[in-house]
Amino acid sequence: MLFWQILIDGFAISALYALGATGFTLIFGVSGVLNLSHGAIMVGAAVAAWAAASEFGVGPYTGALIGILAGFILAFATYFIAVRPIQRSKAIAESEKEIFILTATLLWGIITQEAIAYLFTNNAKTVLPIVEGVTTVFGVRTPRNEYFTAVICWVAIGLLWFLVNRTRRGKSVMAASMNPRGVTLLGIELSSIYLTVWAIYGLLAGVAGILLGMFLGVSSYSVGPLTASAFSIVVLGGLGSVSGSLIAAYVVGYLETGTAYLISPAYRTIPALLLLVVVMYLRPQGLFGRR
Amino acid sequence: MFSLKSFLLASCATALMSSAAWAADPIKIGVIAEAQAVAGSSIAPAAQLAAEEINAKGGVDGRKIEIVVYDNHSSSAESVRAFQRAVSEDKVNAVIASYISEVVLALEPWAGRLKTLMVTPGAASDVITQNIAKNYDQLKYTFHGYLTSTSLAGLVCDAAKDLLVEPYKMKTAVIMSEDAAWTTPLDAGYEKCLPEIGLKVVDHIRMSPDTTDFTPIFNKIEGLKPDVMITGISHVGTQPTVQWKSQQVPIPMFGISSQATNSTFWKDTNGAVEGVFYNAVSGPGVAVTPKTLPFVEAFQKKFGNFPSYAGYTSYDDVYMIADAIHRAGGTDPDKMVEAMEATDYVGTIGRIAFKPKGDPNPHALRTGKGYITGLMLQWQSGKQVNVWPKELAAGTITWPSFIKLKAASN
Repeated sequence: MLFWQILIDGFAISALYALGATGFTLIFGVSGVLNLSHGAIMVGAAVAAWAAASEFGVGPYTGALIGILAGFILAFATYFIAVRPIQRSKAIAESEKEIFILTATLLWGIITQEAIAYLFTNNAKTVLPIVEGVTTVFGVRTPRNEYFTAVICWVAIGLLWFLVNRTRRGKSVMAASMNPRGVTLLGIELSSIYLTVWAIYGLLAGVAGILLGMFLGVSSYSVGPLTASAFSIVVLGGLGSVSGSLIAAYVVGYLETGTAYLISPAYRTIPALLLLVVVMYLRPQGLFGRR
Repeated sequence: MFSLKSFLLASCATALMSSAAWAADPIKIGVIAEAQAVAGSSIAPAAQLAAEEINAKGGVDGRKIEIVVYDNHSSSAESVRAFQRAVSEDKVNAVIASYISEVVLALEPWAGRLKTLMVTPGAASDVITQNIAKNYDQLKYTFHGYLTSTSLAGLVCDAAKDLLVEPYKMKTAVIMSEDAAWTTPLDAGYEKCLPEIGLKVVDHIRMSPDTTDFTPIFNKIEGLKPDVMITGISHVGTQPTVQWKSQQVPIPMFGISSQATNSTFWKDTNGAVEGVFYNAVSGPGVAVTPKTLPFVEAFQKKFGNFPSYAGYTSYDDVYMIADAIHRAGGTDPDKMVEAMEATDYVGTIGRIAFKPKGDPNPHALRTGKGYITGLMLQWQSGKQVNVWPKELAAGTITWPSFIKLKAASN
C-alpha cells in the first residue's frame, strides 16, 4: 500500500520535475544561458491560467491555453529584455557575459515575482484542474489529475524528442548545442536557433507551470524554490544533458517522495540536496554531464 | 486590483477635500501591514475607512486623523525599519501593525523604546502579552487587538463541542498546524481543551509553512482514522485546502484557517474550500454588533471586496485609538496607554476591553460572555455561512460528498 503510494505519487511529481528541468537544460545546452527567472516564468503561466479561469470565467481548457501563452510571452520577454542585450553588448567583455546574464535573469525573475505578488497577492493559487475526481489503483486513491499530469509531461517530453531528433529545425538546434561555430559555417543563423529554443522553452515552462498549479498550487513564494529545484536537477543530471535531467528528475522526485512518506514531510528536500553535494564532490560534471 | 485603485483614489480625494478645514495638528496613525497577503491587505484600507468616517464627523477634538501606510512585505526586518521611520520621520502618534506574530514580536520592544502606542489587529501569539506581563513599564505601549492563540483554541473547542461532539458523536481528532510562533500556544491550548470536550487527540502534526505537497500528511492522518482534523493554519491555506478536496480526504477540516476568512478564498481554491469550517470574530452577514454590517457594507462599497478578519479589527483599532486620545486629552504616550487600558468599546467584533496590568496576559482582549465570543463559519456553495453560536447562526452544517462520518446520528 505504502509502496504503491510512493510509486504513484513519486511518478507524477517526477514527471513534472522532468518537464520543468528539460526546458531549463535545453536553453543552457544550446546557448549557455542559465535562466534564473525559470521559476518566475512557471509561476507567471500558472497565475495567468488561474486568473483567466477565476477572474474572467473562461473554462479550464481556455484557461490553460492562456497560461501557456503567458509562459511563451514571459520566455520571450526574458530573452529580449534580460538576455539578448547582454549577448550583443560590446561594452561587456565576452568572458563576463555569462555572469551578467545570470544576474540579469535573476533580477528579471525577482521583478516578475514582485509584479505577480503586487497584482494577485502572494496567496497561493490553484489552476482549475482539467480532469476531476479520483481513481483507486492498488488501493491507492489518487486524483485523476495526477495521472493526467504525468501523461501530459511525458507527451510533451516525447514531442520534444521527436522535434530534436526527427525534424530539420530540431536537428539544427541539436547541432548548435554541440558546436555553435560549425552550425554558423553551415549557413544557419544562430540567432534564429536561439529564438526557436526560447519558444520551445516557453512552451515547456508554461505547461509545467500550469500542471504544477493544478497539482500542488503556486504562489509568488514558489518562484525561488522552483528555480532552485530545476537548477539542482539539471546540475545533478549534468548541465546541458537532457536525458541526464530526466533521470535526475526521477532520482530527486522519488527521493523526496520517499522521504516525505517514510521519514517526515518536514525533511522532504534534505536527502536530495545532500545527494547533490555528494555528486558535486565525486563527479562535478553531474551524473551524465559531458563537460 | 480595482480595490487598490479605488483605495488610492479615495485617499487622494479625501486629502484634497479636507486640506483647509482643520485648524489643529493632525493625529497621525501609522499602519504597517502586509499589502500583498490576503489577511494583511485589508488592514490599511479598513483603517483608512475608519479615519474618513471619524474625520467626516469633525475628527478627534477638532484634529484630523491621518493614516500613513507602510508595506512590510511580510518581513520583520522591514517592519522594524518602517516603525522607526514612522516614529522618527513621519511623527506618528500610534501604530497599527500586522497580522503576523513574528512581526509584532519584533516590533514590541521598539514600541517600548520609542514610547509609541502600538495595536496589532491580527497577530495571535500569547507571547506578545506574556512579554508585557514580564516587563510592564517598558512594554506597556503594545496592545493586542486580536484574540490570543490560547483564547482561539478555547473558542474552537467550544464550537467543536456544540457542532461535532454532541450531534455527531465524534470522539477522536488529529491536530494539524503550521510551524509558526502563533501555533505553539494554540496547539498547547488544543491539547488541553480537546480532551475536555471529549475529543481524544490521536496525533499532532506540525508541518513546515513551506510545504507544498500535502499528500503524505493527509495520507498519514487518514491512516489514523480520526473523526476530525483540527486545523491551525494561516501562512498556508490554499494548498492544503485544494489537495484535501482533490484527494477527497474523507475527514472534515475544522478550526482556524486564516486565509479562509477572506471572501476571495473561494476563487483562490476554485471552490475547494466547500465544507471547510473556520473560526472568526466576524463574517459576512453576521450582525455580531450593530456596527458590523454597516462596516462590511461600507468596505465593500469602497474597495469592491470583503474585509479579511484583520480588516474588522483594524477598523475598530482606529476608533479605539481616537477614543483613547480624546479621553487622554491629547497624544502624550503614557496618558494614551492609560486611556487605552480603560477602553470599553463596542466595535465590529464585539465588546472590546483589555485585560489589566497584573493579569498573565495584560493588554489582551477579554473574551467570553459579554465580551468577544467568536464565531464558527463554514464555506457553503461559495458563501461564508455562520453556523455557531446558535443565536447568530445563519444556517446549518452541510458536508461535502467525500466526507465520511463514522458515527453520524443525523
